[in-house]
Amino acid sequence: MSVEFLYPEFEVVRNDNRCIACRVCERQCANEVHSYDPENGIMLSDETKCVNCQRCVSLCPTRAIKIVKSNCTLRENANWKDATIKEIYKQANSGGVLLSSMGNPNQLPVYWDKILINASQVTNPPIDPLREPMETKVFLGKKPEKICRDENGKLKCDITPQLELSMPVMFSAMSYGSISYNAHESLARAAKELDIFYNTGEGGLHEDFYCYGENTIVQVASGRFGVYKDYLEAGAAVEIKMGQGAKPGIGGHLPGAKIVGDVSRTRMIPEGSDAISPAPHHDIYSIEDLRQLVFSLKEATEYKKPVIVKVAAVHNIAAIASGIARSGADIIAIDGFRGGTGAAPTRIRDNVGIPIELALASVDQRLRDEGIRNNVSLVVGGSIRSASDVVKAIALGADACYVATAAVLALGCHLCRTCQSGKCNWGIATQRPELVKRLNPDIGSKRLVNLMTAWRHEIKELMGGMGINSIEALRGNRLMLRGIGLNEKELQILGISHAGE
Amino acid sequence: MKRVYANEKWCLGCHLCEYNCAFANSKEVNMIKALKGKKIFPRIHVDGDNSINFAVSCRHCQDPICVKSCISGALSIKDGVICIDHDKCVGCLTCILVCPYGAVAKGKNGVVQKCELCLENSCGEPACVKGCPNNAIVYEER
Repeated sequence: MSVEFLYPEFEVVRNDNRCIACRVCERQCANEVHSYDPENGIMLSDETKCVNCQRCVSLCPTRAIKIVKSNCTLRENANWKDATIKEIYKQANSGGVLLSSMGNPNQLPVYWDKILINASQVTNPPIDPLREPMETKVFLGKKPEKICRDENGKLKCDITPQLELSMPVMFSAMSYGSISYNAHESLARAAKELDIFYNTGEGGLHEDFYCYGENTIVQVASGRFGVYKDYLEAGAAVEIKMGQGAKPGIGGHLPGAKIVGDVSRTRMIPEGSDAISPAPHHDIYSIEDLRQLVFSLKEATEYKKPVIVKVAAVHNIAAIASGIARSGADIIAIDGFRGGTGAAPTRIRDNVGIPIELALASVDQRLRDEGIRNNVSLVVGGSIRSASDVVKAIALGADACYVATAAVLALGCHLCRTCQSGKCNWGIATQRPELVKRLNPDIGSKRLVNLMTAWRHEIKELMGGMGINSIEALRGNRLMLRGIGLNEKELQILGISHAGE
Repeated sequence: MKRVYANEKWCLGCHLCEYNCAFANSKEVNMIKALKGKKIFPRIHVDGDNSINFAVSCRHCQDPICVKSCISGALSIKDGVICIDHDKCVGCLTCILVCPYGAVAKGKNGVVQKCELCLENSCGEPACVKGCPNNAIVYEER
């Protein structure tokens, strides 16, 4: 072997005592790892191609396969880690930028795991959500500053448009093109059934999904793919994507190989052309410019739909959010640095941006200090992994959460992080028809509904424990949180006390 | 009557149904013991190519031509389900010739075998449907 050789990352371990040579693994692997040897009647594997997506493991009827991490090691070095050295080899081979998918996998602090939730004991009673009513409904949009009455003393109820969610979770933006038709259909159907929203991402809205418009947030990103009047009118809200947590500072990149058929038509670009969104919106270089786009979109939708501005969590996020809150936007969505992606340069994904927990806490505090918190609702995303993460986010000041990684996991994703190859064996991050059909939206939407229903139960349980019966009463209620193993500065930014205090 | 229907839109061509069928009718409790190293004779067959696949098994026709053509009385209709008595089958294969769906096949003993909806075997419900990973085969009333 030459200097270019890299030992495979994974090994396919096949238990020959269990294997019945049914060849399901071979038929299900788009990476062509498995093959059948008719002479000896056995299955063979070429692990150089394995990405550890676990499709073969999941479908093997006799549990004959497992994928394990290869233990072929380079000499241990705390400074030059195995992965670091191999990245150097890859770049020396290719001369190219390293690409990765899904969220930042590195060992960086997850503040959710260092925050603990309160519960009531003795002096204030906990509430049992199975016996008593519990409200998880939230409204997103600008809230009135004070109660206004007309000359007859009647309440004025003409508030700006709001999104009504049955629970404080939405499916965040994943474009048609980066994910498949069936993945979009699953998200759309689940959002409708759950009475929440899903987000088209920047790739436009497939004509078949206009019927889910009431539960759709349509996105306008720097590439403006698929944006036209009917598209803006189809959604319940319009989102301006300024940035994405996985790759702050750059736009979305969809290779021409994925711009086929309906994707090309929906994006309104020629087949096979790369869909490279510019890093900036070329018409936005200031808050004033942003204000113009916000109001252009409001004008286009006759002020009937809230406008969301989505930004990545970066160092100056509090000041940025303050600007957005004054731009006329109704909702600010902040995406933390652990957020997922269908493809991003590895260095950017792993090194740019800040944790969503810190961004959320500082933004909420800044908007409150400036007296403009009611101008906007705050939606946070970037690796919200469970109902407890949702509860912690709400208590830190969020109005709702965006989830995408959790949603694709529910659809079958096994986080192999090779979306960029376009060969998703689970039918999610691919446009190859024979792979796309592996995701049946009947099953996918049901699993999404199950996941969110489970989270809603858990949110109610956690709220009940705190003696809170409405999610609105939890928002920004940081007294319900305590930090564990955090330093003074971290506690100060999060605005919470340490456990025991 | 509930029947097994194929939905080609969702069929992956993984052929799991064939193995689940062979196992369900093997009288074994362990799939490995039942199928390892053996040629299988499933009662359902996946047809197709890379772009489209579908699983074919007995349609349990209301007016089954196979039953009419059976010269030995091995094929009969029980509550709508077309059943075969392996002891009576003489292996003339007329049923295979006349079945418009290609759903009848020769079993390993030379006599004919066909889908009996797993009603008589250990599975109790169609094993192909139960094991299909993508709802590409369904068992329902239509």
